[in-house]
Amino acid sequence: MEEKLTLFKNRKRFGIEKNIDLIFKNTTLALSSIVAIVLFGIILVVFFQSFESFSRYGLNFLVTSEWNPVKDEYGAFTAIYGTLVTSLLSLLITIPLGVGTAIFITEDFVPKFVREIVGSFVELLAAIPSVVLGLWAIFVMEPFFREFFVFLHKFFGWIPLFSTEPAGRNSLLGIIILVVMLLPIVTSIARDSLNQVPKKLRNASYGIGASRWKTIFSVILPAALSGIMAGVLLALGRAMGETMAVTMIIGNSNVFSWSLLSPGYTISSMLANQFGEADGSQVSSLFYAAFVLMILSLVVNIFAQWLVKKFSLKY
Amino acid sequence: MIMNSLYYQKKLSRNVGDKFFTSLSVFCALIAILPLIFVVTYILIKGGAQITPELFTLEPNPPGDDLDAGGINPALIGTLVITTIASIIAIPVGVGGGIYLAEYSKGGPFSKFIRFGVNVLAGVPSIIAGVFIYALIVSTKILFGSMYSGFAGGMALSILMLPTVIKTTDEGLKLVPNELRYASLGIGASMYTTILKITLPTAFRSIATGVVLGIARAAGETAPLIFTALFSYYYIVGFEDLFYEMGSLAVLIYNFALEPYDAQNKLAWAASFILVISILTVNIFSRIFAAFTEKTKRV
Repeated sequence: MEEKLTLFKNRKRFGIEKNIDLIFKNTTLALSSIVAIVLFGIILVVFFQSFESFSRYGLNFLVTSEWNPVKDEYGAFTAIYGTLVTSLLSLLITIPLGVGTAIFITEDFVPKFVREIVGSFVELLAAIPSVVLGLWAIFVMEPFFREFFVFLHKFFGWIPLFSTEPAGRNSLLGIIILVVMLLPIVTSIARDSLNQVPKKLRNASYGIGASRWKTIFSVILPAALSGIMAGVLLALGRAMGETMAVTMIIGNSNVFSWSLLSPGYTISSMLANQFGEADGSQVSSLFYAAFVLMILSLVVNIFAQWLVKKFSLKY
Repeated sequence: MIMNSLYYQKKLSRNVGDKFFTSLSVFCALIAILPLIFVVTYILIKGGAQITPELFTLEPNPPGDDLDAGGINPALIGTLVITTIASIIAIPVGVGGGIYLAEYSKGGPFSKFIRFGVNVLAGVPSIIAGVFIYALIVSTKILFGSMYSGFAGGMALSILMLPTVIKTTDEGLKLVPNELRYASLGIGASMYTTILKITLPTAFRSIATGVVLGIARAAGETAPLIFTALFSYYYIVGFEDLFYEMGSLAVLIYNFALEPYDAQNKLAWAASFILVISILTVNIFSRIFAAFTEKTKRV
């Protein structure tokens, strides 16, 4: 806006007015730089607090899964593995569901008001606090899936992922509740990118005789792909950092297991569980784990932003 | 026979395929709305049954064998207090920063970096905000020697609110037509009068909607509070309670959901009822409000 205001700048003004303007501008400038200060502050503080643990365990911290405050031995492999597995698997389930829902909302299978209701229901789901979803997961979802997990173990027990007797709270429940939390993110971003695809493309495709789904798969989805990908990455970042619902349902065990039916751990649930009571070098190790989590989510987020900028639709 | 090709043929592979994918998409949409319906129904039934007048006035009883769990008064007030502190910090900073980005910045590297930083900050896991405030305030006892405090909790929440407020201000101000600014400057107003008297009031509705949604979101956050504000069973009586442990609905739900006692679990459902109903009300109303604003703008 300011570049067009040369006339305004040359206007004769009272010194006091100029000064007030300058003070106001610099105040807003200072307020906006608080964002940068907070961001760097977070990175620096978490890094320096984790320094003690970092210098003692180095990168071994990432690949060992011993977590023993008595012997002062710390390794976060179970939690890191849990974070990656729960977020990636939940994303794998959410992508088809979310994109399918977004297609339902943007196509005209049903009257518009039905689609609008579905859309706002999905968005309202995002407003439910994660701790409430956790409560619901403990008392409603876990009993509901219990039989199913027994069945899963009985018939698919030969797959390492289902190789243990189902425990009350386990990683698979964590994945399911994450799907519930990611669904609104993926759906709303996919819907926005599908809506941005110009009508011309659809009409052209119909015009040369393509069927509705041929059009969706070959024209509309590819055109919206970058937006959907960015949404998926944002959801991945969210999934890795998600704390409460997962902490309440995943079982919180630092014993490593390939099986999704046994209790697991994620970095954020480890932080939620142990931070309050930790002391000594355990605190530093927890900060180290927090640092790992932060780097993971920063990388994913920055990559998502880059993707949006690089491939944003240019029709 | 030739005419047949002009009619819709059910058994043609492309039509069968279309039917199949259409039903698949409807199925996805059905699954997607199920969680909200289930969660809200359970909260209405299980939580609604626990709502009594005493719930709003009593302190919660510490978990134990006694059957009466008490009320959630301290947590309810605590949530209000902590969210208010967070808003008092985040709204001025966010609106001010948004004003700079939308009104003053020239699209140079600094404003690009700040916009980028806002997006990155929005993606920082909420528990990291708690960890940060723990390191900065709780463990250093910088606030008059107090460790866990409602004030620290409010600061952690404000970090989560900040990106939302800046973004909505920035975007809201950008929608204000430049003619308004030129008109104001043209009749001799200074920059800051133009912004405070013309552009901000014009964008007020969209900014307010975004900010209210941000506050509603923060009110339900738990992760940043569990080791900054911690939890308290006692009434909040005075100003100095700000610098002691403070309960909140979200942390109460977390703590009591994991208790083995039925009475505490019921209290968690009651707290969820209150939290979810208020958050959904705010969300639905701001949605209606936003839709209404859009309609009046077009006229």
